[in-house]
Amino acid sequence: MSVPSRRRTLACAPVMLGALLLAGCATRLQPDVTDVRGLVAPLEFNLTDQNGRAVTAADYRGDIVMLYFGYTHCTQECPATLAMLADALDRLGPLASRVRVLFVTVDPRRDTIPVLKRYVGDFGPHFVGLRGTDAQLTAMIKRYRVSYHDEKPDKNGNYEVIHSSVVFIFDGRGRARLLAQTGFSSAAITTDVRRLLEGGRLLEGT
Amino acid sequence: MRYLWYLLPWQFSPAVLTVCVLTVALYLRGLLMLKRNGAPVGFWRPFVFFLGLAVSYAVLQTYFDFLAQHSFWVHCLQQLILHHLGPALIVLSGPVLVLREGLPRAGRTGAPRVLREMRLDWLRKPLRLAWRTLQHPLIAPLLFVGLIFFWLIPRVHFATMIDTRRYLLMNWSMFADGLLFWWVILAPKEEQGSAAVGYKVRLLILPFISMTQIVIGAYISLVPWQLYPIYALCGRALAISPMLDQQIGGLLTWIPGAMMSLVGVIVVLRHMMREEEAQLRMSPLRAETPGSSRPSAEVA
Repeated sequence: MSVPSRRRTLACAPVMLGALLLAGCATRLQPDVTDVRGLVAPLEFNLTDQNGRAVTAADYRGDIVMLYFGYTHCTQECPATLAMLADALDRLGPLASRVRVLFVTVDPRRDTIPVLKRYVGDFGPHFVGLRGTDAQLTAMIKRYRVSYHDEKPDKNGNYEVIHSSVVFIFDGRGRARLLAQTGFSSAAITTDVRRLLEGGRLLEGT
Repeated sequence: MRYLWYLLPWQFSPAVLTVCVLTVALYLRGLLMLKRNGAPVGFWRPFVFFLGLAVSYAVLQTYFDFLAQHSFWVHCLQQLILHHLGPALIVLSGPVLVLREGLPRAGRTGAPRVLREMRLDWLRKPLRLAWRTLQHPLIAPLLFVGLIFFWLIPRVHFATMIDTRRYLLMNWSMFADGLLFWWVILAPKEEQGSAAVGYKVRLLILPFISMTQIVIGAYISLVPWQLYPIYALCGRALAISPMLDQQIGGLLTWIPGAMMSLVGVIVVLRHMMREEEAQLRMSPLRAETPGSSRPSAEVA
């Protein structure tokens, strides 16, 4: 080696340490429910609800919000997930009055306001159907880092929509707290939500 | 018009735009100054420089970014371009001379003098230490493969893909580290100044980073379970199964990632040949006896 040898310092320890600290997030609660405090963006949107009213996140302040993207023509995942959430609300008993499930359609072409109203009505009074323009919906999926796209239509013009399957859970201040993944059980959701409700932490500041 | 829409940023970043515009402006000014001084740099150097900058910009600020957020293999391709291809092209083009010419006169006098004039002399030592550390032939490759590994730890990856700030940090860290690492490997010793790394050492670093990427890539593409469920959970952007997505992503880390080392070896060998030729020209008698001092190397 032709370069004169030199003393060099091994001062990369702080860099590595910082990197390790970053790794210490996303702790598991119940199986398939993840703590996402500080990771997912706070609740914020401009959409129209199933009664044709323009709504924003502020309209749901004070309630625990469960946010789910889907569409009414969905044959498997959406009804299963919403049924699971309805079951979880049943298990919560009187506490359910402080929970709202926001169902945001990723298929606004077919999910008109009346369609949406009939659909969410089937799941119970705590379910809200939300619809947006393309721009509103795009802003929303960018914010929550999810995606959707239409599959090719069949010969009858029916098509499926590929979309996210997670449920984001926000506290009364609109801060993201939990993320329920595909295959979660209603018992798991109930346990985690009740724990947060009873600790008073999920509704603090309301 | 629909196609133009694909060229727009999915999530606009003022920081990326600012850095790119400033860099391009500086470089163009440098080219102009050099031409005016009668020392034009020709076609290929600027071409390679702009190509490196353009591919890095494209994977961050076009529709490609959306695909990279919702498909694992596109994510791997994005990181490959940000960490390997883009920075390597930029360093290969030898941009320092041009960029320095592009600076205002005060900036061209060298970092120590600028610091002194700004009364930031105390910063000189820590900056020097930081630079030496980052360019250390042991630390630079560890940081290079360490970052690839770190962002692919499943738990870290999950948090990164749902948190915009972590996602941006990942992209910036990969690009910055790409520049630092390929500067160690591809820049000629004369340009590296006091932190120069010998060519033979570089030839040891390259197989090391190649092997590490093979191990990481092979693991990802061969394990029979899903390591990164986040892509399926948040809605996949491309119509392929999550397992196939993961396997292609692993292969991209495995093969092209490791192949970059071969390109590195070729460039280093070229530097070595050039150095030898220069020595022969400068002192033909001395170069014939092995083990004698090499005056041309002392310049570095």
